[in-house]
Amino acid sequence: MHYSPTPLHIPDGFLNLVVSLACWAVTAVILGVAISKTNKALGEKQIPLMGVMAAFIFAAQMINFPVAGGTSGHLLGGALAAIVLGPWAGMLVMTAVIAVQALLFQDGGLLVMGSNILNMGLVTAAIGYGLYRSVIGQPKAVKLTVIGFAAWLSVLAGALLTSLQLWLSGTSQLGIVIPAMLGVHALIGLGEALITVFAVAFIMQTRPDLLGEGSESAKASRSWIFAGGAIALLVVLLSPFASADPDGLERVAMDMGFINAGQSAPFKLIPDYTIPFLGNTALSTIVAGVVGVIVVGAVIILIGRGVKAKS
Amino acid sequence: MHFDAFDRYHEKESFLHRLDPRVKALVTVMFIVSNALLPDGAWLAFAFAWMFVLAANLLSKLGIGYTFKRSIIALPFALIAITVLFSMPGEPLSTFRFLMWDFTVTDAGLLRFVSILIRAWLSVQMAILLVAVTRFPDLIHALEHLRVPAILTTIIAFLYRYLFVLTDEVFRLLRARQARSAVAPCSRSGGGVVWRAKVAGNMAGQLFLRSYERSDRIYHAMVARGYAGHLYTLNPHEMKSGDYYATALSIALIFLTQILGRL
Amino acid sequence: MPVTHLKNSFIAPECDGDILSVTDLHFAYPDGHTALKGVSMKLCSGDKVALVGPNGAGKSTLMLHLNGILNGRGEIEIAGKRLTHDNLPAIRSMVGLVFQNPDDQLFSPTVFEDVAFGPLHMGLPEAEVRARVDAALEAVRMSGYRDRLSHHLSVGEKKRIAIATVLSMKPSLLVLDEPSAGLDPRARRTLINLLRDLSITMLVSTHDMKMVQELFPRTIVMDEGQVVADGLTCDILEDEALLFEHGLEKP
Repeated sequence: MHYSPTPLHIPDGFLNLVVSLACWAVTAVILGVAISKTNKALGEKQIPLMGVMAAFIFAAQMINFPVAGGTSGHLLGGALAAIVLGPWAGMLVMTAVIAVQALLFQDGGLLVMGSNILNMGLVTAAIGYGLYRSVIGQPKAVKLTVIGFAAWLSVLAGALLTSLQLWLSGTSQLGIVIPAMLGVHALIGLGEALITVFAVAFIMQTRPDLLGEGSESAKASRSWIFAGGAIALLVVLLSPFASADPDGLERVAMDMGFINAGQSAPFKLIPDYTIPFLGNTALSTIVAGVVGVIVVGAVIILIGRGVKAKS
Repeated sequence: MHFDAFDRYHEKESFLHRLDPRVKALVTVMFIVSNALLPDGAWLAFAFAWMFVLAANLLSKLGIGYTFKRSIIALPFALIAITVLFSMPGEPLSTFRFLMWDFTVTDAGLLRFVSILIRAWLSVQMAILLVAVTRFPDLIHALEHLRVPAILTTIIAFLYRYLFVLTDEVFRLLRARQARSAVAPCSRSGGGVVWRAKVAGNMAGQLFLRSYERSDRIYHAMVARGYAGHLYTLNPHEMKSGDYYATALSIALIFLTQILGRL
Repeated sequence: MPVTHLKNSFIAPECDGDILSVTDLHFAYPDGHTALKGVSMKLCSGDKVALVGPNGAGKSTLMLHLNGILNGRGEIEIAGKRLTHDNLPAIRSMVGLVFQNPDDQLFSPTVFEDVAFGPLHMGLPEAEVRARVDAALEAVRMSGYRDRLSHHLSVGEKKRIAIATVLSMKPSLLVLDEPSAGLDPRARRTLINLLRDLSITMLVSTHDMKMVQELFPRTIVMDEGQVVADGLTCDILEDEALLFEHGLEKP
């Protein structure tokens, strides 16, 4: 019995600081909303439920099935978590899973954890739930078909985002990473889709009350249909474009200033005592000096506290 | 129970083991951020950061090569960065043919590639050391004190407690599947891919229901002991003078690394 | 010939139910299944009572009522206090309920956190919580396990820690659901010795008739949501017709 890492977990070092922090910022904002929404709707029961569900997703990721040539299909679980728990709770559960994988198993980095949560936990849950929410009143066959498509697309979305972040960090070339990642994950996504569909079908059959119209997971706002649908649409439109014409995407990013911000800045954050976005000015030197003073001050304060704690 | 495969903590009596978990978590994150900040090809700084890792290994009494041996985990991901070898503009170093394409490795590409690998390699070692010298429940407390929202740390605590129980259940399910899927020699194992996926999906569904019911029973056990929607914890950690000194020294060393990287 | 047993035919006359008094408790689950049909019983200070009966007799349902987790029709008094919605916190600190599966009972990463959970949620100050944790672990002879991780424990150890998690609340009544289930002989022996040495009123649901004979002076038999016999264990274990009718075996 061992723990096997999955391909979407980015380790530290592969994303630069600006991209990592930008993703952390987006993730933090979404998680902030998720926490306040869940706290508001929180029955006392939700806490142990979400905790055990996180362990469930973690364990379910170990369920695999042989496909061919020694490869196997398995589950990421973002869409499944959102469908059975509702979108906000699903996001928190996925966040805990990704955090434990990074902290305990070093599967995925710490500084880049914001990206990993965004790619594998938040976007997958949004797509999975959004598409599912749009067919909640429909017959079972329609539901399951849409769930399968949503699960497949959620993996693709995660792969697309991962590729874009790697490219913005100057780690991979867009023209190669996008087709490679999307190609591989179009296949991996099939495993995700199949397991998710059969798992949901099983739950619908044995405990229909958990997924019925009055259930917790059916209660989330209808605006999820639009949010999830919009992200899904973006993935559907962007993936072929990025695969077929990476240069085009690069041009767009260049025009919007993404590339420069991403690829060069982090290595020059305090180069020669200047701050890049301030340019080589007196102000920049002052800011660099201030950073130095803060560091020295922090060290002195900590030593002072140490002395105090001893006495 | 095969919990050993999941537990990364190594019991030892050492300075690092005794260090406050908040300090360890904070220094680890600072170290990783520092690596991300170092420019490509900052060899001196990379070497200095590596010294930092080695010193930490020594202080943990786990052996100087402890994290080194376990650091290959991030290696497979290096594949994803391999394209920078050819894509960065710079002096060509060598060209080789693969299938129908010519690939030219440039000096700038090589520099970027090696730098990415070193950053990843240094960072993962510190993360490995963090959980080797810190019990996971202590790490969760550290996260609480570092202002990670309580709902997340609570979910993480439950996840940690039950991941052992539920993965055990998964392995029982997998073993049961194995035991029942004996096939005649020379015939392909039972059913098509979709059928196998269905078995796996049903397993996931079954695991979900068992987990759901378990969460009900846990809720009852909590309620029976006075839980009413709010969780209370004790603070088992107190910063000692050594903790402050270690933080100060680490900050100074990490700052020094940054200066070395920019000389 | 139909065997009939009068309610309370064996009851020890001196007990006035100063610890627990259940009167005419009825309960049906939301799916319509009726689990309790007029259950009454009284427990006195120092009683050690076994609750036996086939699966589905309503034993676990009854136990969940004693802590107010389920709310049936009828009256429950704990140490003279009537169980209502308002005094639930007080009742819960008086009734220590230990569930069958210790993995459900021990939900915290470490032993200390689990044993401290009850006292902490009673709002006790930190020093008192720590003292109670130490005392509870001492009582189940697991003092050295304070900082252990719950998933590192054996089933027998988990069961004992599970008992400690409620002892730390200093309950007046200990309610255990199948404590000896799933234990190997040695762990079972340790547990029996532990239960014998605990001087606290307890109600223990079990299928382990040997343990009943050894440990509990009084036995209550439940079947189909009703108390069908309540009396001295030695009398009940002699009544082979009664045992047979309710799917029980003489040890």
